[in-house]
Amino acid sequence: MDKRARREYIARRVAQELSNGDVVNLGIGIPTLVANFIPAEITVIFHSENGFVGIGPPPREGEEDPDIINAGGQFVTILPGGAFFDSTLSFGIIRGGHLDIAVLGVLEVDAQGNLANWTVPGRSGPGMGGAMDLVTGAKRVIVATEHTTKSGRPKIVERCALPLTGERVVDLIVSDLGVLEVTPNGLLLKELRPGVTIDELQAKTAARFSIQPCLAAELGPAIG
Amino acid sequence: MDKVTTAIDAVKRVKQGSTVMIGGFLSVGAPQQLLAALAKQMINELTIICCAADYPQDGVGRLISAGLVKRAILSHSGTNPEIEERAAAGEIEVEFIPQGTLTERIRAAGMGLGGVLISTGLGTAIEEGKRTIEVDGNSFLLEKPLKADVALIKAARSDHTGNLVYHGAARNFNPLMATAADLVIAEVEELVPVGEIDPDQVVTPAIFVDLVVQAKRRR
Repeated sequence: MDKRARREYIARRVAQELSNGDVVNLGIGIPTLVANFIPAEITVIFHSENGFVGIGPPPREGEEDPDIINAGGQFVTILPGGAFFDSTLSFGIIRGGHLDIAVLGVLEVDAQGNLANWTVPGRSGPGMGGAMDLVTGAKRVIVATEHTTKSGRPKIVERCALPLTGERVVDLIVSDLGVLEVTPNGLLLKELRPGVTIDELQAKTAARFSIQPCLAAELGPAIG
Repeated sequence: MDKVTTAIDAVKRVKQGSTVMIGGFLSVGAPQQLLAALAKQMINELTIICCAADYPQDGVGRLISAGLVKRAILSHSGTNPEIEERAAAGEIEVEFIPQGTLTERIRAAGMGLGGVLISTGLGTAIEEGKRTIEVDGNSFLLEKPLKADVALIKAARSDHTGNLVYHGAARNFNPLMATAADLVIAEVEELVPVGEIDPDQVVTPAIFVDLVVQAKRRR
Protein backbone atom coordinates (compact mmCIF):
# COMPACT_ATOMS: atom_id res chain seq x y z
CA MET A 1 0.00 0.00 0.00
CA ASP A 2 1.53 3.34 -0.98
CA LYS A 3 1.48 6.45 1.18
CA ARG A 4 -1.55 7.95 -0.51
CA ALA A 5 -3.58 4.75 -0.16
CA ARG A 6 -2.59 4.45 3.50
CA ARG A 7 -3.67 8.02 4.20
CA GLU A 8 -6.97 7.53 2.38
CA TYR A 9 -7.60 4.30 4.27
CA ILE A 10 -7.22 6.17 7.57
CA ALA A 11 -9.47 9.04 6.44
CA ARG A 12 -12.16 6.66 5.16
CA ARG A 13 -12.13 4.72 8.43
CA VAL A 14 -12.37 7.89 10.56
CA ALA A 15 -15.33 9.04 8.44
CA GLN A 16 -17.24 5.94 9.57
CA GLU A 17 -17.04 7.22 13.14
CA LEU A 18 -19.16 10.28 12.33
CA SER A 19 -22.90 10.47 12.89
CA ASN A 20 -25.61 12.53 11.28
CA GLY A 21 -25.62 16.10 12.63
CA ASP A 22 -22.20 15.93 14.25
CA VAL A 23 -20.22 19.17 14.51
CA VAL A 24 -16.69 18.16 13.54
CA ASN A 25 -13.28 19.85 13.45
CA LEU A 26 -10.65 18.33 11.18
CA GLY A 27 -6.97 19.03 11.77
CA ILE A 28 -4.33 19.55 9.09
CA GLY A 29 -2.99 16.62 7.03
CA ILE A 30 -4.72 13.23 7.06
CA PRO A 31 -7.67 14.59 9.14
CA THR A 32 -8.51 17.08 6.35
CA LEU A 33 -9.00 14.13 3.97
CA VAL A 34 -11.84 12.80 6.15
CA ALA A 35 -14.21 15.31 4.52
CA ASN A 36 -13.84 13.42 1.21
CA PHE A 37 -15.27 10.19 2.66
CA ILE A 38 -18.39 11.20 4.56
CA PRO A 39 -21.05 8.50 4.02
CA ALA A 40 -23.75 9.76 1.63
CA GLU A 41 -26.58 9.09 4.08
CA ILE A 42 -25.33 11.52 6.76
CA THR A 43 -24.73 15.26 7.02
CA VAL A 44 -22.00 16.60 9.27
CA ILE A 45 -21.15 20.22 9.97
CA PHE A 46 -17.48 21.14 9.74
CA HIS A 47 -16.15 23.76 12.12
CA SER A 48 -13.13 25.89 11.22
CA GLU A 49 -11.36 27.38 14.24
CA ASN A 50 -10.59 30.62 12.40
CA GLY A 51 -14.27 31.42 12.69
CA PHE A 52 -17.03 29.59 10.87
CA VAL A 53 -19.19 26.51 10.62
CA GLY A 54 -20.23 24.99 7.32
CA ILE A 55 -16.90 24.49 5.52
CA GLY A 56 -17.60 23.62 1.89
CA PRO A 57 -15.38 22.22 -0.84
CA PRO A 58 -12.44 24.17 -2.28
CA PRO A 59 -13.53 26.94 -4.68
CA ARG A 60 -13.02 26.65 -8.42
CA GLU A 61 -9.89 28.37 -9.66
CA GLY A 62 -10.52 32.09 -10.01
CA GLU A 63 -13.50 32.00 -7.63
CA GLU A 64 -11.54 32.13 -4.38
CA ASP A 65 -12.70 34.59 -1.74
CA PRO A 66 -9.47 35.88 -0.17
CA ASP A 67 -11.23 36.08 3.21
CA ILE A 68 -12.40 32.46 3.29
CA ILE A 69 -9.66 30.02 4.24
CA ASN A 70 -9.61 26.97 6.48
CA ALA A 71 -7.38 26.72 9.55
CA GLY A 72 -4.60 25.34 7.36
CA GLY A 73 -4.62 28.47 5.22
CA GLN A 74 -6.20 26.86 2.14
CA PHE A 75 -9.01 28.55 0.23
CA VAL A 76 -12.35 26.92 0.95
CA THR A 77 -16.02 27.85 0.61
CA ILE A 78 -18.88 28.17 3.06
CA LEU A 79 -22.02 26.11 2.47
CA PRO A 80 -25.56 27.52 2.50
CA GLY A 81 -26.62 27.59 6.16
CA GLY A 82 -23.08 28.27 7.38
CA ALA A 83 -22.10 31.13 9.67
CA PHE A 84 -19.05 33.28 10.39
CA PHE A 85 -18.08 34.43 13.88
CA ASP A 86 -15.12 35.77 15.82
CA SER A 87 -12.36 33.71 17.46
CA THR A 88 -13.89 33.92 20.94
CA LEU A 89 -17.10 32.26 19.81
CA SER A 90 -15.12 29.80 17.72
CA PHE A 91 -13.22 28.58 20.77
CA GLY A 92 -16.34 28.81 22.91
CA ILE A 93 -17.85 26.26 20.53
CA ILE A 94 -14.83 24.02 21.11
CA ARG A 95 -14.49 24.47 24.86
CA GLY A 96 -18.17 24.78 25.69
CA GLY A 97 -19.15 21.27 24.67
CA HIS A 98 -20.63 22.21 21.30
CA LEU A 99 -18.09 20.31 19.21
CA ASP A 100 -18.85 16.61 18.88
CA ILE A 101 -15.62 15.35 17.35
CA ALA A 102 -12.08 16.61 16.80
CA VAL A 103 -9.80 14.66 14.47
CA LEU A 104 -6.08 15.37 14.83
CA GLY A 105 -2.70 14.12 13.75
CA VAL A 106 0.04 13.41 16.30
CA LEU A 107 3.76 13.10 16.77
CA GLU A 108 3.09 10.66 19.62
CA VAL A 109 0.04 9.19 21.35
CA ASP A 110 0.21 6.93 24.36
CA ALA A 111 -1.59 4.15 26.21
CA GLN A 112 -3.23 6.60 28.61
CA GLY A 113 -4.64 8.79 25.89
CA ASN A 114 -2.03 11.52 26.21
CA LEU A 115 -0.97 13.08 22.95
CA ALA A 116 1.89 15.25 21.75
CA ASN A 117 1.83 17.26 18.54
CA TRP A 118 2.86 20.87 19.18
CA THR A 119 6.61 21.03 19.55
CA VAL A 120 9.82 19.06 19.87
CA PRO A 121 12.75 19.76 22.20
CA GLY A 122 15.28 22.18 20.77
CA ARG A 123 12.77 23.91 18.54
CA SER A 124 10.84 27.08 19.34
CA GLY A 125 7.66 26.10 17.55
CA PRO A 126 5.56 25.44 15.73
CA GLY A 127 3.13 26.01 18.60
CA MET A 128 -0.19 24.44 19.47
CA GLY A 129 -2.51 26.75 17.56
CA GLY A 130 -5.95 25.48 18.55
CA ALA A 131 -4.91 21.88 19.24
CA MET A 132 -4.85 22.12 23.05
CA ASP A 133 -8.33 23.63 23.06
CA LEU A 134 -9.62 21.00 20.64
CA VAL A 135 -8.36 18.01 22.63
CA THR A 136 -9.62 19.51 25.89
CA GLY A 137 -13.00 20.67 24.63
CA ALA A 138 -14.23 18.23 22.00
CA LYS A 139 -16.63 15.58 23.26
CA ARG A 140 -14.66 12.92 21.38
CA VAL A 141 -11.05 13.07 20.20
CA ILE A 142 -9.95 10.84 17.34
CA VAL A 143 -6.30 10.57 16.38
CA ALA A 144 -5.78 9.92 12.66
CA THR A 145 -2.18 8.97 12.01
CA GLU A 146 0.16 6.69 10.18
CA HIS A 147 1.24 4.00 12.61
CA THR A 148 4.94 4.91 12.42
CA THR A 149 7.06 7.91 11.48
CA LYS A 150 8.79 8.15 8.09
CA SER A 151 11.82 6.48 9.64
CA GLY A 152 9.69 3.63 11.00
CA ARG A 153 9.59 4.70 14.65
CA PRO A 154 6.31 3.82 16.42
CA LYS A 155 4.00 6.77 17.10
CA ILE A 156 1.89 4.79 19.55
CA VAL A 157 3.96 4.54 22.70
CA GLU A 158 3.59 3.49 26.32
CA ARG A 159 4.22 7.03 27.54
CA CYS A 160 4.71 10.21 25.45
CA ALA A 161 8.24 11.62 25.69
CA LEU A 162 7.45 14.85 23.82
CA PRO A 163 5.75 17.87 25.44
CA LEU A 164 2.05 17.05 25.81
CA THR A 165 -0.78 18.75 23.96
CA GLY A 166 -3.34 17.16 26.25
CA GLU A 167 -3.48 14.76 29.16
CA ARG A 168 -5.80 11.71 28.96
CA VAL A 169 -7.83 13.18 26.14
CA VAL A 170 -7.73 10.69 23.24
CA ASP A 171 -10.68 8.35 22.71
CA LEU A 172 -9.77 6.50 19.53
CA ILE A 173 -6.66 5.96 17.38
CA VAL A 174 -7.15 5.18 13.70
CA SER A 175 -3.97 4.24 11.86
CA ASP A 176 -3.07 2.60 8.58
CA LEU A 177 -2.72 -0.71 10.43
CA GLY A 178 -5.78 -0.75 12.61
CA VAL A 179 -8.08 0.87 15.15
CA LEU A 180 -7.28 1.15 18.87
CA GLU A 181 -9.54 2.47 21.57
CA VAL A 182 -8.16 4.18 24.67
CA THR A 183 -9.90 2.62 27.68
CA PRO A 184 -9.36 3.08 31.43
CA ASN A 185 -7.41 -0.20 31.26
CA GLY A 186 -5.15 0.93 28.43
CA LEU A 187 -5.27 0.37 24.69
CA LEU A 188 -7.73 -2.05 23.14
CA LEU A 189 -7.16 -3.23 19.57
CA LYS A 190 -10.56 -3.30 17.88
CA GLU A 191 -9.67 -3.83 14.23
CA LEU A 192 -6.80 -4.80 12.01
CA ARG A 193 -6.69 -3.43 8.49
CA PRO A 194 -7.40 -6.31 6.10
CA GLY A 195 -4.08 -7.82 5.09
CA VAL A 196 -2.23 -6.65 8.20
CA THR A 197 -1.07 -9.31 10.64
CA ILE A 198 -1.16 -8.99 14.37
CA ASP A 199 2.59 -9.56 14.36
CA GLU A 200 3.18 -6.57 12.09
CA LEU A 201 0.99 -4.31 14.22
CA GLN A 202 2.66 -5.54 17.39
CA ALA A 203 6.13 -4.95 15.95
CA LYS A 204 5.23 -1.37 15.01
CA THR A 205 3.54 -0.45 18.30
CA ALA A 206 5.61 0.61 21.31
CA ALA A 207 2.75 0.25 23.80
CA ARG A 208 1.01 -2.70 25.37
CA PHE A 209 -2.51 -3.33 24.18
CA SER A 210 -5.19 -5.93 24.65
CA ILE A 211 -7.24 -7.40 21.84
CA GLN A 212 -11.00 -7.12 21.69
CA PRO A 213 -12.42 -10.64 22.30
CA CYS A 214 -14.26 -10.96 18.96
CA LEU A 215 -11.13 -9.91 17.06
CA ALA A 216 -9.01 -12.29 19.15
CA ALA A 217 -11.43 -15.10 18.27
CA GLU A 218 -11.09 -14.26 14.58
CA LEU A 219 -7.32 -14.28 14.82
CA GLY A 220 -7.34 -17.79 16.27
CA PRO A 221 -5.91 -19.58 19.27
CA ALA A 222 -2.29 -18.77 18.48
CA ILE A 223 -2.88 -15.18 19.62
CA GLY A 224 -2.81 -13.91 23.13
CA MET B 1 -16.34 62.65 14.80
CA ASP B 2 -14.28 61.90 11.72
CA LYS B 3 -11.47 59.47 12.60
CA VAL B 4 -10.11 58.90 9.12
CA THR B 5 -6.38 59.37 8.65
CA THR B 6 -3.50 57.90 6.62
CA ALA B 7 -1.63 54.70 7.44
CA ILE B 8 1.63 56.60 7.95
CA ASP B 9 0.09 59.14 10.34
CA ALA B 10 -1.76 56.41 12.23
CA VAL B 11 1.27 54.20 12.87
CA LYS B 12 3.27 57.19 14.15
CA ARG B 13 1.26 56.66 17.32
CA VAL B 14 3.06 53.37 17.89
CA LYS B 15 6.13 53.97 20.04
CA GLN B 16 9.33 52.00 20.39
CA GLY B 17 8.81 49.19 22.90
CA SER B 18 5.00 49.23 22.57
CA THR B 19 2.84 46.16 22.99
CA VAL B 20 0.82 45.78 19.80
CA MET B 21 -2.09 43.45 19.10
CA ILE B 22 -2.49 42.53 15.46
CA GLY B 23 -5.62 40.93 14.00
CA GLY B 24 -5.72 38.20 11.41
CA PHE B 25 -5.40 34.46 11.01
CA LEU B 26 -2.63 33.37 8.63
CA SER B 27 -2.77 36.89 7.15
CA VAL B 28 -6.52 36.75 6.45
CA GLY B 29 -7.95 39.75 8.26
CA ALA B 30 -4.50 41.21 8.91
CA PRO B 31 -4.15 45.00 8.50
CA GLN B 32 -1.57 44.69 5.73
CA GLN B 33 -1.21 48.39 4.95
CA LEU B 34 -0.82 49.42 8.58
CA LEU B 35 1.79 46.70 9.01
CA ALA B 36 3.64 47.80 5.88
CA ALA B 37 3.61 51.41 7.13
CA LEU B 38 4.81 50.36 10.58
CA ALA B 39 7.61 48.28 9.08
CA LYS B 40 8.70 51.32 7.05
CA GLN B 41 8.79 53.50 10.18
CA MET B 42 11.29 51.08 11.76
CA ILE B 43 9.70 51.42 15.20
CA ASN B 44 11.36 48.55 17.02
CA GLU B 45 11.54 46.59 20.31
CA LEU B 46 7.87 45.72 19.85
CA THR B 47 5.96 43.07 21.75
CA ILE B 48 3.36 41.61 19.41
CA ILE B 49 0.23 39.69 20.38
CA CYS B 50 -1.33 37.82 17.49
CA CYS B 51 -2.89 34.52 16.52
CA ALA B 52 0.02 33.24 14.44
CA ALA B 53 3.23 34.46 12.84
CA ASP B 54 1.60 34.49 9.36
CA TYR B 55 4.21 34.29 6.58
CA PRO B 56 7.60 35.91 5.85
CA GLN B 57 7.01 39.49 4.60
CA ASP B 58 3.24 39.00 4.95
CA GLY B 59 0.79 39.88 7.75
CA VAL B 60 2.63 40.19 11.09
CA GLY B 61 5.51 38.55 9.25
CA ARG B 62 6.24 42.04 7.87
CA LEU B 63 7.26 43.21 11.35
CA ILE B 64 9.20 40.02 12.06
CA SER B 65 11.06 40.22 8.72
CA ALA B 66 11.93 43.86 9.40
CA GLY B 67 13.51 42.91 12.75
CA LEU B 68 11.13 45.07 14.80
CA VAL B 69 9.86 42.40 17.17
CA LYS B 70 11.47 41.73 20.53
CA ARG B 71 8.78 39.46 21.94
CA ALA B 72 5.93 37.53 20.33
CA ILE B 73 2.91 36.15 22.16
CA LEU B 74 1.02 33.84 19.81
CA SER B 75 -0.43 30.37 19.31
CA HIS B 76 1.39 29.19 16.19
CA SER B 77 4.53 30.01 14.22
CA GLY B 78 4.76 27.04 11.87
CA THR B 79 4.03 29.01 8.69
CA ASN B 80 6.87 31.46 9.21
CA PRO B 81 10.38 29.94 9.35
CA GLU B 82 11.86 33.40 9.94
CA ILE B 83 10.43 33.69 13.45
CA GLU B 84 11.86 30.31 14.36
CA GLU B 85 15.27 31.34 13.02
CA ARG B 86 15.17 34.59 14.96
CA ALA B 87 14.00 32.77 18.10
CA ALA B 88 16.86 30.28 17.76
CA ALA B 89 19.29 33.21 17.39
CA GLY B 90 17.91 34.80 20.57
CA GLU B 91 16.55 37.85 18.72
CA ILE B 92 12.89 37.16 19.52
CA GLU B 93 11.44 35.75 22.69
CA VAL B 94 8.43 33.61 21.78
CA GLU B 95 5.61 32.66 24.12
CA PHE B 96 3.04 30.16 22.90
CA ILE B 97 -0.50 30.32 24.24
CA PRO B 98 -3.31 27.95 23.24
CA GLN B 99 -5.43 29.85 20.73
CA GLY B 100 -8.64 29.66 22.74
CA THR B 101 -6.82 30.82 25.86
CA LEU B 102 -5.39 33.72 23.87
CA THR B 103 -8.90 34.74 22.78
CA GLU B 104 -10.23 34.60 26.33
CA ARG B 105 -7.29 36.50 27.83
CA ILE B 106 -7.83 39.29 25.29
CA ARG B 107 -11.57 39.21 25.92
CA ALA B 108 -10.98 39.38 29.68
CA ALA B 109 -8.91 42.53 29.25
CA GLY B 110 -11.52 44.12 27.02
CA MET B 111 -14.46 43.16 29.18
CA GLY B 112 -12.94 44.26 32.47
CA LEU B 113 -12.52 40.80 33.99
CA GLY B 114 -9.77 39.95 36.46
CA GLY B 115 -9.06 36.72 34.64
CA VAL B 116 -10.74 33.60 33.30
CA LEU B 117 -10.77 29.95 34.41
CA ILE B 118 -9.85 27.55 31.61
CA SER B 119 -9.07 23.84 31.67
CA THR B 120 -7.08 23.92 28.41
CA GLY B 121 -3.42 23.15 29.10
CA LEU B 122 -3.90 21.21 32.35
CA GLY B 123 -1.23 18.54 32.57
CA THR B 124 0.94 20.32 29.97
CA ALA B 125 3.74 22.89 30.03
CA ILE B 126 1.06 25.60 29.82
CA GLU B 127 0.17 25.19 33.50
CA GLU B 128 3.66 26.14 34.71
CA GLY B 129 3.58 29.18 36.97
CA LYS B 130 -0.22 29.43 36.93
CA ARG B 131 -2.69 29.01 39.75
CA THR B 132 -4.97 25.99 39.57
CA ILE B 133 -8.44 26.68 40.92
CA GLU B 134 -11.03 24.04 41.66
CA VAL B 135 -14.70 24.77 41.05
CA ASP B 136 -17.28 22.11 41.91
CA GLY B 137 -14.66 19.39 41.64
CA ASN B 138 -13.26 20.51 38.28
CA SER B 139 -9.79 22.00 37.88
CA PHE B 140 -9.05 25.14 35.91
CA LEU B 141 -6.06 27.36 35.26
CA LEU B 142 -6.38 31.01 36.17
CA GLU B 143 -5.56 32.90 32.99
CA LYS B 144 -4.95 36.61 33.37
CA PRO B 145 -6.13 39.42 31.09
CA LEU B 146 -3.89 40.39 28.20
CA LYS B 147 -3.99 43.97 26.96
CA ALA B 148 -2.00 46.14 24.60
CA ASP B 149 -0.96 49.73 24.01
CA VAL B 150 -2.16 49.59 20.42
CA ALA B 151 -4.40 47.27 18.39
CA LEU B 152 -4.01 47.16 14.61
CA ILE B 153 -7.14 45.60 13.19
CA LYS B 154 -8.84 45.12 9.83
CA ALA B 155 -12.47 45.30 8.74
CA ALA B 156 -14.32 45.10 5.46
CA ARG B 157 -16.40 48.22 5.91
CA SER B 158 -16.52 51.25 8.16
CA ASP B 159 -18.13 54.64 8.41
CA HIS B 160 -16.06 57.73 9.21
CA THR B 161 -16.51 57.22 12.96
CA GLY B 162 -15.33 53.60 12.92
CA ASN B 163 -18.43 51.39 13.09
CA LEU B 164 -17.01 48.16 11.72
CA VAL B 165 -18.44 45.33 9.65
CA TYR B 166 -16.34 42.28 8.79
CA HIS B 167 -16.33 39.81 5.92
CA GLY B 168 -15.92 36.05 5.99
CA ALA B 169 -13.24 34.47 8.14
CA ALA B 170 -11.35 37.80 8.20
CA ARG B 171 -13.25 38.66 11.38
CA ASN B 172 -11.28 36.27 13.66
CA PHE B 173 -9.37 38.19 16.38
CA ASN B 174 -10.23 41.69 15.12
CA PRO B 175 -13.40 42.41 17.17
CA LEU B 176 -11.73 41.11 20.36
CA MET B 177 -8.59 43.16 19.93
CA ALA B 178 -10.68 46.28 19.32
CA THR B 179 -11.75 46.05 22.98
CA ALA B 180 -8.39 45.39 24.61
CA ALA B 181 -5.97 48.19 23.64
CA ASP B 182 -5.53 51.83 24.64
CA LEU B 183 -5.38 52.90 20.99
CA VAL B 184 -7.30 51.07 18.27
CA ILE B 185 -6.45 51.64 14.61
CA ALA B 186 -8.72 50.03 12.05
CA GLU B 187 -7.74 49.46 8.44
CA VAL B 188 -10.87 49.15 6.33
CA GLU B 189 -11.51 48.20 2.72
CA GLU B 190 -14.56 50.37 2.21
CA LEU B 191 -15.34 53.71 3.81
CA VAL B 192 -18.91 55.03 3.83
CA PRO B 193 -20.68 58.06 5.34
CA VAL B 194 -22.17 57.83 8.83
CA GLY B 195 -25.66 56.36 8.63
CA GLU B 196 -24.88 54.10 5.67
CA ILE B 197 -24.25 51.07 7.87
CA ASP B 198 -27.32 49.44 9.35
CA PRO B 199 -26.83 49.49 13.15
CA ASP B 200 -28.03 45.88 13.21
CA GLN B 201 -24.98 44.89 11.15
CA VAL B 202 -22.30 46.67 13.20
CA VAL B 203 -19.99 44.15 14.91
CA THR B 204 -17.50 46.59 16.45
CA PRO B 205 -19.21 49.82 17.59
CA ALA B 206 -17.28 52.99 16.76
CA ILE B 207 -16.71 53.82 20.43
CA PHE B 208 -13.94 51.19 20.42
CA VAL B 209 -12.13 52.65 17.42
CA ASP B 210 -9.75 55.63 17.56
CA LEU B 211 -8.44 55.91 13.99
CA VAL B 212 -9.68 54.64 10.63
CA VAL B 213 -7.42 54.09 7.63
CA GLN B 214 -8.77 53.21 4.22
CA ALA B 215 -6.97 50.39 2.45
CA LYS B 216 -7.04 49.50 -1.19
CA ARG B 217 -9.76 46.97 -1.94
CA ARG B 218 -8.61 43.60 -3.15
CA ARG B 219 -11.90 42.30 -4.45
